[in-house]
Amino acid sequence: MGPQHPSTHGVLRLVLELDGERVHSCKPYVGYLHRGSEKLAEVKTYQQIVPLTDRFDYLSCGNNNLAYAIAVEKLMGIEVPARADYLRTIVAELSRISSHLLWLATHAADIGAVTVLLYCLREREELLGLFEILTGARLTVSYVNIGGVRRDAPLEFISRCREFIEGMPRRIDEYNTLIMENRIWLGRTKGIGIIPYEEAIDWGLTGGSLRGSGVNYDLRKAIPYAAYDRVEFDVPLGEKGDVYDRYIIRIEEMRQSLRIITQCLKDLPGGAYKADIPTVSLPLKDKVMGDIESLIHQFVLVSKGFEVPKGEVYVGCEVPKGELGFYIVSDGSEKPWRMKVRSPSYVNLQVLPRMVKGHIIADIVSCIGSIDIVLGEVDR
Amino acid sequence: MEPDKLIEAIKAKFPDEVVGEGSHVGQYWAVIKRDKVAEICRFLKEDPDTKMDYLIDITAVDYQPRTPRFEVVYIMHSMKHVHRVRLKVLLSEDDPVVPSVTGVWRTADWLERETYDLMGIKFDGHPDLCRILLPDDWEGHPLRKDYPIEGPEWKFVPLP
Repeated sequence: MGPQHPSTHGVLRLVLELDGERVHSCKPYVGYLHRGSEKLAEVKTYQQIVPLTDRFDYLSCGNNNLAYAIAVEKLMGIEVPARADYLRTIVAELSRISSHLLWLATHAADIGAVTVLLYCLREREELLGLFEILTGARLTVSYVNIGGVRRDAPLEFISRCREFIEGMPRRIDEYNTLIMENRIWLGRTKGIGIIPYEEAIDWGLTGGSLRGSGVNYDLRKAIPYAAYDRVEFDVPLGEKGDVYDRYIIRIEEMRQSLRIITQCLKDLPGGAYKADIPTVSLPLKDKVMGDIESLIHQFVLVSKGFEVPKGEVYVGCEVPKGELGFYIVSDGSEKPWRMKVRSPSYVNLQVLPRMVKGHIIADIVSCIGSIDIVLGEVDR
Repeated sequence: MEPDKLIEAIKAKFPDEVVGEGSHVGQYWAVIKRDKVAEICRFLKEDPDTKMDYLIDITAVDYQPRTPRFEVVYIMHSMKHVHRVRLKVLLSEDDPVVPSVTGVWRTADWLERETYDLMGIKFDGHPDLCRILLPDDWEGHPLRKDYPIEGPEWKFVPLP
């Protein structure tokens, strides 16, 4: 099942050993999208790596930037202002909705429900428009910087965001009317790809795949970061660990994300949007265009970068696919000595041979969709 | 359990194996000798006070020109107690072999394959140690510090 296949969500190659239609064994071959991000990170300054992190899970860039920024800030001992925390949470949750929408679109389209694809992409267009107002880019936003966020949220963003959130629950119900009780959908997702509780932990699954098996582990609750300790939300859990459970969980996670964004917009504090540390944060743009000291400051920060104290840190964050972790080793200079990206899709994909054993070929497509992989993250 | 108590628990159970420890920004690690890596990991997984049932990551760092050159880092987490610890194994350049922990956590499979592929650390006892991210006939281990960032020198070989 070669690298060019409409249902493998990217360039994934599976070598299957079949007995008629039954899968006897499956070996995934990855690495077709390997871009050497970890090697590149060793020659870039810490701020230059932020756009690199966008490209891992390119469907939810706000979350990737956030995970990286939190790791570096922990290493440097920087605290970001409250407004930056809330803005980061809003962007992270909007990215989560965007990622889950595309997951649902492709997962349903692979199984055969093509209408869902078009419905989800309609909402995603509005979301990408929101990102464009806030950050200037639709997909690879690079919004979260080290020390805060890149730009402040304009009033137009806040009002458009509120309108989006008000209209979204009805749309999620629409997707459910299309497939949740559809006989074909239930037949193709219930009882397929079951992973029991202990095995899910042993295989190192995270995210929706883990919670589908009933394990209550969400990094936003277990080790809170950004503004997640100041908002209320529930973490949906599955029971059996099959494809249907993981689908239900992700739909519910979208609703919970809307809840988080509503609370964040309500409680959005005023104040600065980046930490007031001259060695890290860029000066305001109108000052840079106005006086020479700010211009020099901007030039030095952008061209040379800032130095991070010697040490190492591992920080994990809950991105839509699971736990994205950055293990950063610093030697005291302005470029990292080693950056290891613990990507959830890479670790989650390991369980695929175990999941599809004994099923038929058509179920492989359901299983790949339900693990929710993005090849950009698998291969980095 | 607090992270420093975890290090104490490892030192109490395996006093000869722990050769160092450290901490930075509230995260702790223990440096252990390589022979009993699998036993220590199994102890950490099964002991009810530590219960590290979740392996987050296995990675390697190249500290050239320091000797020992390589450092294999295991990061693990406990679902029940919500605590994390790191284990490090120091390896020299001419003998980068360490026992595999695939028998302890099934997750270790691809994580060790990637470390082998990009850094060249061999894992003794791994069921199928072959390249995963790079093509099977690639030469060299790119994440090492002596591998050029621009990539290898390309040789154009005419098709047979």
